[in-house]
This record gives sequence, C-alpha cells and structure tokens, in this order.
Amino acid sequence: MTSLRPDISLDDLIVCPTCDAVYSLDVPEEGDRAVCARCNTVLITNRRNAAFRVIALSLTVVILIIASAVFPFLRIDAVGLNNSVSILDAAFAFSEGLLSLLALVTAALIFAIPLCRAMLTIYVLAPIALQLSPRKHAKQAFRLSEALRPWSMAEIFAIGCAVALIKVADLAEVSFGPAFWMFSVLVVLVVATDNFMCRWSIWKALDTS
Amino acid sequence: MSQRSAKEMGLVACPRCTKVWPIETDRCERCGKTLHSRSPKSLQRVWAWWVIGVMCYIPANILPMLTTRTLFRSEDSTIVGGAVELIHHGSVGIALIILIASVAIPVGKFFAIGFLALSVQRPSAASQHQRQILYEVVEYIGRWSMIDVFVVAILSALVQLKALASINPGPASLFFACSVIFTMLSAQSFDSRLIWDRHDQMKKSSAHV
Repeated sequence: MTSLRPDISLDDLIVCPTCDAVYSLDVPEEGDRAVCARCNTVLITNRRNAAFRVIALSLTVVILIIASAVFPFLRIDAVGLNNSVSILDAAFAFSEGLLSLLALVTAALIFAIPLCRAMLTIYVLAPIALQLSPRKHAKQAFRLSEALRPWSMAEIFAIGCAVALIKVADLAEVSFGPAFWMFSVLVVLVVATDNFMCRWSIWKALDTS
Repeated sequence: MSQRSAKEMGLVACPRCTKVWPIETDRCERCGKTLHSRSPKSLQRVWAWWVIGVMCYIPANILPMLTTRTLFRSEDSTIVGGAVELIHHGSVGIALIILIASVAIPVGKFFAIGFLALSVQRPSAASQHQRQILYEVVEYIGRWSMIDVFVVAILSALVQLKALASINPGPASLFFACSVIFTMLSAQSFDSRLIWDRHDQMKKSSAHV
C-alpha cells in the first residue's frame, strides 16, 4: 500500500464511484464533462445555469404529472360502449385480493416517485441556484431523491402505453385524452432533467453549509 | 494503465456523494453514508436477491398474466402464450417487444448477474471493460422489464366494456413485478469496484514474476 503524500489534500482528489480509480481533481470547463479514463463513468458535468435549468424542468414535471394523473388518459370506443381512464385508474386496475399490493407499487412507480423526485430536486436546488445556504435537511432530501432514481419509471409506462394501444387496436377504437400528451412531454423532461444534473456539484454545494 | 484505486492509496470514496476519506473512516461526514472500501457481503446480498428473483420468475411464467372475456369465451393467457397469440394475429413487432421485455431481458439478466458475481471470485475470460459494460447494461435495462406489468395495467383499466369485452389481470403480474424488483435489488447490491480489483491484483502478481 502506498501512503499518501502529505501535500495533497483529500479535497483535491476525486474517486470514480464505479471503479474506484483516483484522479486529481480538475473541474472541466463550461459545457464540458470529466469522465473516468478507466470505466467511462461521467464524474462531473459542467453546464451553464444547470441548477436553474433543472429547477425549471422539475417545476414543469410537477405540474404535468399532477395534471396528467387527473385528466383522462386514454378512451376506448366499441359499438356504443365506451370507457375512459386516467393514469391512476391504470394503476388501480390491480384490485383483486393480493393484486391490490401491485396497484400501490404501480402507482408509486409511475406517479408518486417521479413526482416526489421532482419536488425534492426543487427543494434541494432552489437555494443553491439562488446562492443561499441550503434548506434544512437538504442533504437527506437529496439522498432520498438519489435513492429513488432507479424506481422512477414514467418513461417505461409510456412505452407500455404504446404496446397496449396496438394490442387493443383491432378490438376497439382508442383515442387519446389530454393527459396522454402531457405524459409524453413529461417523459422527455424527466430524462432531460437527469442529464443536466451534476451530482458532484450538488454534493459540493451542500457541503459548504 | 497507471490508474491506482483508492483502496491501494489508503483511501475510501463515498459511493453516494464521492467525497474522499482516509480508509479507516466509518461514515461519510458529508452525506452520512456508511463507508466501506468494498461492500462486505456484497456478493451474498447479490445472490440472495438473485435467488428470490429467479423463484418469482417461475410462477410468473406458469400462471395467467391476463384473463380476457369476450361475448362467448373467457381465456387465460400466460406471458409467452399471449405473445404467441399476437404472432398468430399478425402483430409480430409487438410480440417481439413483449418477448424481449418479459423473457429475453429477465433471463439474460439472471445469467449476466450470476456471471458477474462469479467472475469477481475466480479468473474470468472476459476483460474488466467487457464486464463493466455488461454491468452497466444490466443496471440500465433491468427496469424495462416492468413494461409488461404496465401493459397489463393499462389493458385491464381500459378494456372494461361490460358484457362485450373485458380484460383482467392475473396472478402472474404480481410475481412478475416481484421478480423484476428483486433482480433490480440484486444488481444494485453488486459492488462494481470488485470488477476492477481483480485487475489490480493480477497486475501486481505479474509484476512480481
């Protein structure tokens, strides 16, 4: 084992969380990214006004997600009978016995978790963007938001819709409600938000408190 | 490659907020995460979730995923059965999506995670880079298996046309969702830094020869 030279501060180092490679810290220029040379994990993303952009996107996500849960999502018509459903109706289609457990899980994956992440992001980033000191429990909030990241499945639900539509297309006529379009926009925004967010910078900003 | 790992340098990096600490640090002071140079019992947890995931996948394929009632008949279909039926109706593309998301991805994931867990314990023919890519693919693609559960949710909510036609979810949907969730937890338990350790050790032993 090599002992560390005493003249290097630990704050001047960055370690790749994926493969444990050590680098001396070199913050990339605006518009650039720092990437691990060994495993290509993105370590730092430096985009101009990233915090403001992420906040703007997250606000839009909150509005769209609430709206798309309330308004009708899809409507089906067949020989005089019709039925229209919202996103939450889809989740609560699992209603018999043990399947109701699955209803809660589905509602969380497509509605509650994406909504929760967007709100946590705003809570954490707003003070950083305005150069104020972080809010109370901002670290815990960001921790939770990061832990929820793999469980936010709005975009997967969107592709599920496409598959379901084609499956019923020969059975009945399907039309889109306003929520369908909102949800489509939402999916793009959720992905964009994640690409703008630089975790390293956020943790660093939370640290100086 | 001249890359040294944090472990070799007597350091440990927080996997959540990437802050660097001396190796004997127990807890990240910035974000509160318990620090381990390599997660202890990472592989045990990987295998534990893996086994439950595989176990849930079996009833998910045997039990009915959907029950379709039309005017004259009621029909249960399993995951594969539903896809075969789609092929008979001419929707080969949709059948392929369902088969890839519900069969190819989960089964491929079981093998991939099993392979990765074994490969860090014994010499492997695959290079570190190949295994790193495999790990990233598994992490990224695992969530997409959820698509079939969402399709069932949308279909069951939408196709409720009284006597004419109705679709209801079957018990397989619950098992399938559990299988996807447990496999995601299995992949998350895997400490990807282990992939690169082996590399470091081999480099050292070859230097001694």
